[in-house]
Amino acid sequence: MLKATATQLYDGAFNLFERPMLALQRLFGQSRIAWVFLLPNLLIFGLFTFLPIILNFVFATTGGDRILLDDRPFVGAEHFASLLDCESYFDPNSCHRDLFWRAVGNTGWFVLMQVGFMILFSLITALILNRDIVLRGFFRAVFFYPVLLSPVVVALIWKWILQRNGVLNAGLEGAGFGTINWLLEADWAFFWVVFVSIWCNMGFYVLILLAGLQSIPTDVYEAAEMDGTPRWRSLLRITLPLLMPTMLVVMVLSVIRAVQAFDEIYVLTGGGPGSATTLLIQYIYDVGFATRPRLYGLAAAASLLMAGVLFVLTMMQLAATRKQSGDN
Amino acid sequence: MAGVTLNGIVKEYGAVRVIHGVDLEIADGEFCVFVGPSGCGKSTLLRMIAGLEEITDGDLMIGGDRVNDQRASERGLAMVFQTYALYPHMSVRANLAFGLENIRMARAEIDSRVAEAARMLQLEPYLDRKPKALSGGQRQRVAIGRAVVREPKVFLFDEPLSNLDAELRVTMRGEIAALHRRIGNTMIYVTHDQVEAMTMADRIVVLRDGRIEQQGAPIDLYNRPVNKFVAGFIGSPRMNFIACEVVEADGSGVQLRDPSGRALLAHVDGRGLNPGNKVELGVRPEHLHPVGADENGITATVENIEQLGGESYLYCHGPDGVDVTVHMTGQTALGRGAQVVLGVTPDLCHIFRPDGIAQPRLRLGEAVG
Amino acid sequence: MFGWILGRRGRHGFDLTDWLAFGFLGLGVVLMLGPVLWLVLSSFKTEAALQEYPPKFLPLAPIERVVPGYEQPLQMFTVTAGEHAGRELAQVRRIGLNAQMVDPANPEERLNVNIGDREPLREFGVATENYTGVFSRFNFMLYFWNSTFITIVATVLTVLFNSMAAFALAKYKFTGRNAVFVLIIATLMIPPTITLVPLFLVISQMGMVNSHWGVIWPAIATPTGVFLLRQYMLTIPDDLLDAARMDHASEWRVYWKIVLPLSAPALAVLVIFSVMWRWNEFLWPLIVLNRSEVFTLQLALNSFQGELQTSWSNLLAMTVLTLLPITIVFAFLQKYITQGIAQSGVK
Repeated sequence: MLKATATQLYDGAFNLFERPMLALQRLFGQSRIAWVFLLPNLLIFGLFTFLPIILNFVFATTGGDRILLDDRPFVGAEHFASLLDCESYFDPNSCHRDLFWRAVGNTGWFVLMQVGFMILFSLITALILNRDIVLRGFFRAVFFYPVLLSPVVVALIWKWILQRNGVLNAGLEGAGFGTINWLLEADWAFFWVVFVSIWCNMGFYVLILLAGLQSIPTDVYEAAEMDGTPRWRSLLRITLPLLMPTMLVVMVLSVIRAVQAFDEIYVLTGGGPGSATTLLIQYIYDVGFATRPRLYGLAAAASLLMAGVLFVLTMMQLAATRKQSGDN
Repeated sequence: MAGVTLNGIVKEYGAVRVIHGVDLEIADGEFCVFVGPSGCGKSTLLRMIAGLEEITDGDLMIGGDRVNDQRASERGLAMVFQTYALYPHMSVRANLAFGLENIRMARAEIDSRVAEAARMLQLEPYLDRKPKALSGGQRQRVAIGRAVVREPKVFLFDEPLSNLDAELRVTMRGEIAALHRRIGNTMIYVTHDQVEAMTMADRIVVLRDGRIEQQGAPIDLYNRPVNKFVAGFIGSPRMNFIACEVVEADGSGVQLRDPSGRALLAHVDGRGLNPGNKVELGVRPEHLHPVGADENGITATVENIEQLGGESYLYCHGPDGVDVTVHMTGQTALGRGAQVVLGVTPDLCHIFRPDGIAQPRLRLGEAVG
Repeated sequence: MFGWILGRRGRHGFDLTDWLAFGFLGLGVVLMLGPVLWLVLSSFKTEAALQEYPPKFLPLAPIERVVPGYEQPLQMFTVTAGEHAGRELAQVRRIGLNAQMVDPANPEERLNVNIGDREPLREFGVATENYTGVFSRFNFMLYFWNSTFITIVATVLTVLFNSMAAFALAKYKFTGRNAVFVLIIATLMIPPTITLVPLFLVISQMGMVNSHWGVIWPAIATPTGVFLLRQYMLTIPDDLLDAARMDHASEWRVYWKIVLPLSAPALAVLVIFSVMWRWNEFLWPLIVLNRSEVFTLQLALNSFQGELQTSWSNLLAMTVLTLLPITIVFAFLQKYITQGIAQSGVK
């Protein structure tokens, strides 16, 4: 019944497009019809990806709080200058846009901590799951499950646990410790932001690393076992080197995504307390959309600076992969 | 009326010309086989006829109409692919019906055609199976059936048997030949296997590097190859070639001297050849056999012997170290290392000039031997 | 004794590393599933139970009773020590270390009880009103429908447009093919987060602010999808398409009746991705959708957690309802999802 309906729908959709597509095929010929197939996707790409990339430069060099380009006076590199205006780049207080530099600093720390610990935990988990272990499918699913949860849900789950009268404080108190207002103390808030972000992303990297581990042929291990290689040594000298290409992919992916972290952090802490957990994307969102006047130009300029950083990171990855494949 | 005519057909990929002006006339109802080594352009030519490749230059006529600009489906052809190209997600029945549904044929007519084809090709028990559940031979028959139900003017076959094992290949060869006898449509068949070509074709077209080397009835190609390439390609095992020098030549025959200095006579039109010319003597393995030491023939050392019971193959080192293969009926008492003289019948000799062109033979056919 | 459960398959013995491994995995399970479980349990507690500190594990609600003479229902306690030991009393108010209590049977008389001498009376109570409240008071269905609409429409269009483009790139030879392919792949490296401002201009110029289409259109031309499908379609033999063309199939028919059905495994992966992306998307809808009647579930959740700091009961129930669809899908398709993601390396 359901299948019949689905088939009818599928054939109906086919019939809907058949005549116009046949006419286009007659018009363009067999090989140029490819452009007709490409057209919808290319149009959307053009309008919503390529055009905005170009417009970004226009916004970054114009001022005012109006969205329409005609209403925006040209200001040249003013936004960039104001973003980069610092007496010392190590002291946000000395900067004209101190919040921007706080966000940059926070993002740097965040990337370092989140990526470092996440890869460490993911690697350990993947190595353990790669053992011929019972219930492997179940464990893999459990570690992966939080990846599917929406950032808002993730943030609310942890907010509920971390709140002043939450279960964590109750547990600590029961164990004889004092309670802490986790999300209202700057250092703790930052810790939990990193923690939650690892919690909800780690499963993805476990999967990728596990796939990488499983692509290492078992006969290599068997040969090592025949040679009497201790297990820790075959881990260091066989597994990890052979896993390097996958590790590299994981590193680059996770760095690029950590730089753009926003959703769960915004819901969890809103960037606070103060600006303790404000990252770059939130700065762009705050400046461009959340506060008035809406400083679109400043937001676009900050985006471009971030794009530059991401570009450098990507190039570094490409160079690293090339070196990697050149070595082997 | 659906002959196929090719007039100066040319195919270029960018600046590379792969088909160099092919002219060919295939009569209605003829079974024509394109044969040649891989890369000779035979499949490209077939795909151009099918309408799957654009024709760079020249005219393609089917049933008297120029069809260069018609799409594949409008040309009234059907094709059987090397990989069968069965739709894996459809049952056998749906595979057979797909093309007919596309032209919005009445359901009853589709059903009767599918049933007819299934009966003819013994596919009735498998109609509701998916191609995955069929054997190689059955898939092949479905592919043919898919062509048959269309009732096309011309059937095209692109190396249809190359994915089958040797035994099935012989069976399917017979089935395709029988199909041709029964429905009598024009068929164009591409293969790299000269045995398939010899056994099935009304006419063979030998291609090399995008050009027709020779075309004609199979037995004519065997008897009268126009050049060394065709001589070497048609016939199995391959024809033996021995470099010789012309001693004397006229319209009634050629007197040769082989590298070891033995004299040989060939009944080949020798006009145009002069004493001292370098030529190649061509003799088929089945036309060589051990003879007495003083007869017309070449000396050779037996290197290896294959005895199949009913027939035997001798692999020899001939004069000047050239490899010579001998195909004999029956069994042989010869052993490895034996010195033999291989008799050459003057009527069965071919002579090729240094540019590969054959001198015309004076008497043809096996009857002479 | 439990070695056969915990042991590695095909091996005998169970050494220290195995214990460590299972210790780690056990901790992982608690850490990964615990918070979700706690959320689900909490969502069934009454508002009163949620306010309780320290919290109880199960939804055991403190009992409240309406006592004549008091407007608010009063919480019931059982007295464990002192002169009123054994009685069940309702608490009127706390004063320092003493609680002023009344016997519901005799509401006139006030009794003083030390707060250490009384314990709340509880009953097992599943607060389904948390969930019904989500529907009756918070218009949950509207947000659910908004999210569903965006997810379904965007996924259908994503699969359609991406597969058409992939088909063109995988199965046709035409000048410019490589250029187009490189262009599409290059956008993989341009994260959407850096074009927020100009994209907002485009969307507002097209009048799609506060419209679901403003969320849908920018999302559907995914380079990931095109790449994934193209790689898969390359494995479909060209002969099959040629055979179909000989069978009078138009190019559209070749695409729809041959290539699409044969690409089903790759399409399924893309459908799963797309559903996940759209259902969970937050930042872009946050920018485009500003009126609460067009909010997606994620936006609604976010805005409620801002407004109703204290009303956790409905918020928790709504969070559970939001994670439910994805969880159900994952429970059934777990194997395919993890495989698809591991193979394609995208998320």
